[in-house]
Amino acid sequence: MSEEPMPLYEVFIRPKAGLSHKHVGSLHAIDDTMALHMARDVYTRRAEGVSIWVVRSNLIAASDPVDKDMLFEPSVSKIYRHPTFYEVPEEVGHM
Amino acid sequence: MYAQALDQKDKGPKVVEDPEKLARFEARCAADEKIEPKDWMPEAYRRTLVRQVSQHAHSEVIGMQPEGNWVTRAPSLKRKAVLISKIQDEAGHGLYLYSAAETLGVSREELTDALLSGKAKYSSIFNYPTLTWADMGTIGWLVDGAAIMNQIPLCRCSYGPYARAMIRICKEESFHQRQGYEIMLTLARGTPEQMAMAQDALNRWWWPCLMMFGPPDAISEHSSDSMRWKIKRFSNDDLRQKFIDATVPQGHFLGLTFPDPALKFNEETKHWEIGPIDWDEFKRVLAGDGVCNRQRMRVRRQTEADGAWVREAARAHAKKRAARQALQAAE
Ligand SMILES: [Fe+2]
Ligand SMILES: [Fe+2]
Ligand SMILES: [Fe+2]
Repeated sequence: MSEEPMPLYEVFIRPKAGLSHKHVGSLHAIDDTMALHMARDVYTRRAEGVSIWVVRSNLIAASDPVDKDMLFEPSVSKIYRHPTFYEVPEEVGHM
Repeated sequence: MYAQALDQKDKGPKVVEDPEKLARFEARCAADEKIEPKDWMPEAYRRTLVRQVSQHAHSEVIGMQPEGNWVTRAPSLKRKAVLISKIQDEAGHGLYLYSAAETLGVSREELTDALLSGKAKYSSIFNYPTLTWADMGTIGWLVDGAAIMNQIPLCRCSYGPYARAMIRICKEESFHQRQGYEIMLTLARGTPEQMAMAQDALNRWWWPCLMMFGPPDAISEHSSDSMRWKIKRFSNDDLRQKFIDATVPQGHFLGLTFPDPALKFNEETKHWEIGPIDWDEFKRVLAGDGVCNRQRMRVRRQTEADGAWVREAARAHAKKRAARQALQAAE
C-alpha cells in the first residue's frame, strides 16, 4: 500500500454572489481539474455556494503563529486607529 | 461519532514537554480558546486527537457498508435516491474528518493503512448486519441519532479543524435521522407485517445503539485529559441518558416496544431507566468478533484494491498533461 501520495488542495467557496470566497476544508487530488470535481462533490452537496476555488496547499504562504504578537500587536496598542478614540461633541450629531 | 475512542487514555511514549509552553497551552484550553494546526500543542493532545478523529473517520467510511447493502433493494425510487444521498454524505463525513486528522501531521496513506491493516478501530455498531429494510429506518433514527447526540458537543471541541468538520457533519446528520424516522413511521402505519418488521429491527438495534456511547463512567478509563482539553465535554453515561430520554418517547409514538423489560420512567428524576447493558458483547464486537467484522474489513480492502487502477490512471493522465503543457510552454 505504498502508492504515491496525491497533492493536498485547500478549498474555498463563495456562498453567494456578493460575498467573498471562504475556506471550507481540504482534499487530495492529482490535478486542478480533479480537485474542482472533488470539491464540488464533497463540499457543495447542499447549495453551499456558487463558485469554487482550489489551490495547492503547498503554494500558500502563511504567517508563523510564533510571530503573532509581533505582527498583530499594533492593532491593540494603536487605539487612535479606531473612530471611538475621537470625541465629537454631542451637538455635532452623528458622524 | 463513535465515542468509543474517547475513553482510551493516551498510551504513547511519555514526552517531556516545555513546562512554560504546556502551562500556556492548558490556560488556553481552560479559557475555551481554539487550538489551530500550527499552534504549539503537547504530544499527548495531538496523539489523542489523531486517534479519535481518525477512528471517527474510519467509522463514517465503514458505516457506508451496512446501508450500501440495501441500495439495490430500496422499496421505491424515492427511497433509493434518499439512501444513496445519505451514503454519499457519510463518505463526505469521512473525508472532512480525514482532512482534519491530517492537519495534525499524519498522512492520508498512514490513516488508510491503519484501517486496512486492522490496527485502527471503528465503531462497533457497523459490525451488525442489516437484515431487512426496517434496518435502514432504525439506523437513521437511532444510529445517526446517537451520532448526533455525541457530535453536537464536539462542535465546540478545542481543536479548530475538528470542531469545524463537526459543524458541517451535524447539519447533515439531521437529515439522516429524520429520513430514518420517516421510514419507521411508514412501516408503523403500514400492514401488520410491516409493523412486525419495524419491531424486529428495533429489537436487534436498541442495545448496540446504547453501546455506541462507550463503557459506563464507573469502569471507563478516565478521560480527565480529554475533559480538561475540551475534547470531550460530557460523560458517556450522561450522553447515553440524553439519548434514551429523547428516543424512548419517539419509539412509543410509533407504537413500538423496547426490548428491555426493566425500562421504566422515573417520575422523580423524569428520566427513563434501563436494564443492564451486556458489556461483554460490546467488548467482543469491538475486539473483532461481531457478526460482520470480517466482512466489513474484506469489503474495505477489496474496494481499495479495486480502485487502484483509477488512481493509477489519474496519475498517468496528470503526468501526460503536465508534460504536454511544459512542451507547449517551451515552444
Ligand atoms: Fe458520524
Ligand atoms: Fe456521518
Ligand atoms: Fe449519518
